[in-house]
Amino acid sequence: MADVTLARDFDPLATGGLRRKVRAKTLVYVLLTLFAAFYLIPILIVLLNSFRELPEINRTGFFAIPRSFSVQPWNEALNTFCVVGTCEGIRPFFLNSILMAVPATAISTAIGLVNGYILSMWRFRGSEWLFGFITLGVFLPAQMTLLPWAYILGNAGLTNTITGLVLIHTVQGLSFTTLFCRNYFVNIPDDLIKAARIDGAGFWRIFRRIVLPLSPPIVIVTVIWQFTGIWNDFIYGVIFSSGDKQPITSALIALTAGATSVRYHNVEAAAVLMAAVPPLLVYLFGGKYFMRGLTQGAVK
Amino acid sequence: MSSLTIHDLRKSFGAVEVLKDINLEARPGEFIALVGPSGCGKSTLLAMIAGLESVSSGEIRIDGRLVNDVAPRDRDIAMVFQSYALYPTMTVKENMAFGMESRGVPKADQEKAIARVASLLQIEPLLRRKPAQLSGGQRQRVAMGRALVRDPKLFLFDEPLSNLDAKLRVEMRTEIKKLHHRVAKTTIYVTHDQIEAMTLASRIAVMHKGVLQQFDEPQVIYERPANIFVAGFMGSPSMNFLAARTASLDGAAAVALDLPEGESVLPLPTGTKPQKAPGQPVILGIRPEHFTVAHRAQPGQTALGRLRLPVEVVEPTGSETMVVLRAGDTEITARYEPADAPKVGQTADLLVDMAKACLFDPVTEARL
Ligand SMILES: Nc1ncnc2c1ncn2[C@@H]1O[C@H](COP(=O)(O)OP(=O)(O)OP(=O)(O)O)[C@@H](O)[C@H]1O
Ligand SMILES: [Mg+2]
Repeated sequence: MADVTLARDFDPLATGGLRRKVRAKTLVYVLLTLFAAFYLIPILIVLLNSFRELPEINRTGFFAIPRSFSVQPWNEALNTFCVVGTCEGIRPFFLNSILMAVPATAISTAIGLVNGYILSMWRFRGSEWLFGFITLGVFLPAQMTLLPWAYILGNAGLTNTITGLVLIHTVQGLSFTTLFCRNYFVNIPDDLIKAARIDGAGFWRIFRRIVLPLSPPIVIVTVIWQFTGIWNDFIYGVIFSSGDKQPITSALIALTAGATSVRYHNVEAAAVLMAAVPPLLVYLFGGKYFMRGLTQGAVK
Repeated sequence: MSSLTIHDLRKSFGAVEVLKDINLEARPGEFIALVGPSGCGKSTLLAMIAGLESVSSGEIRIDGRLVNDVAPRDRDIAMVFQSYALYPTMTVKENMAFGMESRGVPKADQEKAIARVASLLQIEPLLRRKPAQLSGGQRQRVAMGRALVRDPKLFLFDEPLSNLDAKLRVEMRTEIKKLHHRVAKTTIYVTHDQIEAMTLASRIAVMHKGVLQQFDEPQVIYERPANIFVAGFMGSPSMNFLAARTASLDGAAAVALDLPEGESVLPLPTGTKPQKAPGQPVILGIRPEHFTVAHRAQPGQTALGRLRLPVEVVEPTGSETMVVLRAGDTEITARYEPADAPKVGQTADLLVDMAKACLFDPVTEARL
C-alpha cells in the first residue's frame, strides 16, 4: 500500500491569476495559524504553569509570563501529592487507568474484529438488522446508560472495581469497534473468502490467515479510538468508582476539589499533563496509520 | 462414468429464478466451456458446482457422488477466479501452499507439489513475491498454479482471462490448452468470449437467461446452432438474419427474399425436403464467410443463391475486409478477400452458399 499523499488532482489554489493565488494562500495560512493557536495556547499555558512556583502563580495569576522555574510540581504530582486520603501523587490512579484502558481496548477491539468479520463475510438472515442495532450504540449518550450499568454492576458485584469499568468500556466500545471493522472488511473481495473455502479453510483459519493479516490499519484505528476514548472518559469513572479505585480522570477532579481551599495550580497542571501523555503517545505512534485506515479501503 | 453430472438443476435467489433445468455432463478429462451473455447465470452455475452456492433443486454429481450438500473443501475441486483472488498478504508460495496446509498435507509433500507446478508454469522466480508485485499475466499464472498444486478431480475456471489485455489473452489461451493436454483433468471453463470457447473446449454449453440453449461440440454449435440465439452468439462478426419465406425454384425447395431491388429466390441444397408449405415465413441465417464474389464461383458448386445488394460500409481488417450491405431494412455483413472488396456506393454481386445457411422458425426461433 502506498503512503498517503494529500496531493489532489485538482488544486483549488492553482486556478486564477497570480494575485488571486497569493491572496488565497495567505488567507489559508492565516486561518490555519489562528486555528493552531486556538488549540495550542491553552496547552502552552498549562505547560508553563506546571513549572512555576505556587507563590508566584498566586501573586501574578495563571495567565502571566513565568518568572520562576521548578520541577517540584511534577515531582509532587507524580509521587507525593495527597489525593483522596493517600499521598502517593497520581501514580496509583494512573495505574488504575492503565489497568482499565488496556484490557478494555484489547477486548473490545478483538470482539469488534470478530463481529466485523462475521457481519461482512458470513452474512445470515437478519445480519444487516443486527449490525444496525449494534451500531445504534454509537448514538447512545453515556448518560442514558448509567442506570442500567448501575443495576448490572450492582448485581454482578462489580461496583467500585476496575473490572467493572473494564466491562463497561468493553461493552460500550463494541458499537464503534464493530462498525469500524465491519466497514473495513466489506471491502475485502468476496472471492478471497470463496477461494479460501475451496482451499479447505474454515471460519477461524480464514479469519487468522486471510482477514487478520489484512487488518493492521483498522486495528490501529480501533485501538487509538478506543484507548483515547476510554482513557479520557470520566463519567463512568466518577460515577462507578471512588477512593483508590478511581481512574486518573476522576482522580484529577478529586485533586482539584480537595478538602482545603488552597489550590495547587502548578501541581494540578503537571498532573493534567501527565494524564494526557498516554493517549498522546498512542496517537504519535499510530497517527500515521490512523489517517491511512480512515481514508483507505482494505484492499485495492 | 462421467466426472461431472448435472441433472435438472435449478437456482433461485428469492423469487428470481436464475437457472432453469440445467442438464450437463462432462466425461473424464473433458474441457467444457460455459458461454453466454452477461447475467445468464454462468458464474452461479460454477459456484454451485464448487459448493459456494446452495442448490435450489436438482442434482450435482462429481465422479458419481451426489455433492448437493457437500462442503466446498470436500468436493475435491479447484477454482480459478476472474479476479484471481490471490491472498494479498501471502507470497506466491504461501498462496499455493494454503490449500494443502488447510488439508494437513505434510510439509515435504507441499514442497514437492509446489516445485512440480512452479516448473510446469514457469513461475519459480516468482515464488517469493507478493501478488501486488506481479503483473496481470503473472497473477493469472499463479492463480492457475494454486489450482493445479492440489491435483483435484475437477477444475473450475470463471473467466480467467478476461482481465488480461488482448495479446496476453491469446497467449494464455494457447497455454491453457497446452496445460489441459498435459494434465488432462476435467475442466469447466466459464467465458463470455466465444472464440475462447471455440478454441479450448471439447464441448460448449451455451446459456441464455438461465436456460441451457445447446450443449455440443464446437463445430456442431457453429454449423448447426439450435436456435437463433446460439447462431447469433457464436461467431464474429455475427450471423446475418434475414426475414424470408419458403418458395420453390424449378420444383426444388428454396427461400425467397423480398428486397427493394425485387424478389430474390435462393435455392436450398438438393435433398432438402420442403419442411413447410410455400409462402411460410422463415428466418434465413447466413454467416459472413458464406458469401462468395460472383465471378469467383467454383464450377460445379451447387445450391448457390445470388444476391445483388448496395454497399454501405467497408471495414478492412488487414487479412480480410468486412463489407456491410443493405438488404431492405436489415444490414448484412459479408467477408471479402481484401482484393475483391467493393467500394461504398457500388452494388455487390454475391453468391450465397446455401448448403451452409440455416433456416429458423420465426416464432420458436429454433432451427428448422
Ligand atoms: N446473490 C445473488 N442474489 C440475487 N441475485 C443474484 C445473486 N447472484 C447472482 N444473481 C443474479 O443471477 C443472475 C446470474 O448471475 P451470474 O453472476 O451467474 O451471471 P454471469 O453469467 O456469470 O454473468 P457475467 O458474465 O457478467 O459474469 C444475474 O441476473 C444476477 O443478477
Ligand atoms: Mg460471472
